Amino acid sequence: MTPLVEARGIGKYFGPVVALKDISLRVLPGEVHCLLGDNGAGKSTLIKIFSGVFPPDEGELLVEGEPVRFQSPKQAMDRGIATVYQDLAMIPLISIVRNFFLGREPTVGWGPWKRFDLRTAEAIARRALSEIGIEVRDVHQAVGTLSGGERQSVAIARAVHFGAKVLILDEPTSALGVKEAAVVLRYIVEAKKRGVGVVFITHNVHHAWAVGDVFTLLNRGRSMGTFRREETTREAVLQMMAGGEELASLEVELAEIARTKGGEA
Amino acid sequence: MNEAPPSRLRKVSPVRRLMARPEFGSLAGVILVFAFFAVVAGDRGFLTPMGTVNYLEVAAQLGLLASTVSLLMIAGEFDLSVGSMIGAAGMALAIPVAVWGWPMWAGILLAFAFAALFGYLNGYLVVRTGLPSFIVTLASLFVLRGGTLGFTRWITSRTRVSGLHAYAQGDPLSALFSGHPLGVPISIWWWVLLTLVASFVLLKTPFGNWIFGAGGDPRAAHAVGVPVARVKITLFVATAVSAALLAVIQVLDTGSADVLRGELKELEAIAAAVIGGNLLTGGYGSVIGGSLGALLLGMVKQGIFFTGINTDWFKVFLGTLLLAAVLLNDYLRKKALEATR
Repeated sequence: MTPLVEARGIGKYFGPVVALKDISLRVLPGEVHCLLGDNGAGKSTLIKIFSGVFPPDEGELLVEGEPVRFQSPKQAMDRGIATVYQDLAMIPLISIVRNFFLGREPTVGWGPWKRFDLRTAEAIARRALSEIGIEVRDVHQAVGTLSGGERQSVAIARAVHFGAKVLILDEPTSALGVKEAAVVLRYIVEAKKRGVGVVFITHNVHHAWAVGDVFTLLNRGRSMGTFRREETTREAVLQMMAGGEELASLEVELAEIARTKGGEA
Repeated sequence: MNEAPPSRLRKVSPVRRLMARPEFGSLAGVILVFAFFAVVAGDRGFLTPMGTVNYLEVAAQLGLLASTVSLLMIAGEFDLSVGSMIGAAGMALAIPVAVWGWPMWAGILLAFAFAALFGYLNGYLVVRTGLPSFIVTLASLFVLRGGTLGFTRWITSRTRVSGLHAYAQGDPLSALFSGHPLGVPISIWWWVLLTLVASFVLLKTPFGNWIFGAGGDPRAAHAVGVPVARVKITLFVATAVSAALLAVIQVLDTGSADVLRGELKELEAIAAAVIGGNLLTGGYGSVIGGSLGALLLGMVKQGIFFTGINTDWFKVFLGTLLLAAVLLNDYLRKKALEATR
């Protein structure tokens, strides 16, 4: 199967800082690819390359087997790559339906009478949301009245509706409570069932394990390997996320501190 | 978790819906202020057709600016240079016509072209430098006012160009910006037209949706493909052109241009927009609200005159009104965001 997106030996530098080095990654249709790693591991840099915020300095990006070089997020979107950012998903002060179609408004009329077809927009938004199982009260209410989980869910529904083949989710569950996160995870599975390839970034091993098919671990801009779900265990993933050996050495160190402090007291 | 969740849709009464609209505060204010002056000054001419036209004309002069200033504010930016533009565009019309012998229509076109260019420059600077538009347009406020004064004095050795009525006779373009069609001053017609057009653009077009997006969260809007820079630059052009429109109407009405014309109008326009429920930080507001804000200020300005109170007190009312309106709008907006929870 041709990967929806593929990174081949991607590198990115910010001045002297090596943000990413030699990263290769494939996202297949109907697969949830979890991107794991500590803060500063390069997860955000990598997804920004995927979503067209900036191009890589090295390596190649392929969309459905074809090399691409995105100049803007719009170009990535046009190729079916949609990114839902944790903090940028929705604009709180404007209504759900206006948010849903922001930048892609359906129109009626012609010339100077070409206008935003709010009636159609409303019907589409309502349908798209209910299809993915989101109960909305009123599509004209401000997004600010929705909970964090609902906002993420609406953003995902929007991406799926506009034909996203690849859905990149930047820590969609990290600011959410348990129930809220469950709602978002359900939409991730829903999107996957529709054949969407999902790149899911998270710090939470429970969330990753609940929906992930493939796990790639980044550390200081380098890939620590990619593991399929059947080849690994939840504990191994947890170990990878926590930083493995570093955590082990930290434990030793902490024990040492506790011992010496105990000695002083 | 598997059963269908209960419907959380709640019936909201029409009154509540109206109250949740950004322009509600200014609408209530207009009704209150009208009632107040009708009672206090009703027998002194406030309610007569002449009194009405009188305050509507004052409101129109501000409302012309308030509609575009509202749009720009919803897009998250200010234009403090519109007041200076009134003086500058007036001179851009008057000097070529009175000194260089251009036909009136060419002077009018120059005034608009100059405003559009300057507005573009404002917008371009804001978008490219990423500096707050408050600072950029504060700079252009001074530059434009000073430039107008310097240039006018250099060319004419005066600060005022008058006697323009004679040149307007029979000019094809000046008819559009002067006179009293159906007995109503042209500025009021333009005010209504501009309010309707701007409101239509904001609420009924994709561009209007982009205005909300650009002001609500420019990065989020950009991420979904909204051309935020283009939206903002276009609106800076619109505010400058609306200032030029006001300048042309004033010059044709009074027959003169003055370098000092329009001073502090930028702040009055912002006051009207804020009274109209437009959020200073962008992303929320209404053109109708901004126009109602202008109507409110116009009513107060002329209403005070009718009551016989010294009009020196106008600015006290303006300030108090502004503060009260902001507090009310803030309260209403919070209510609106809670209303459906």
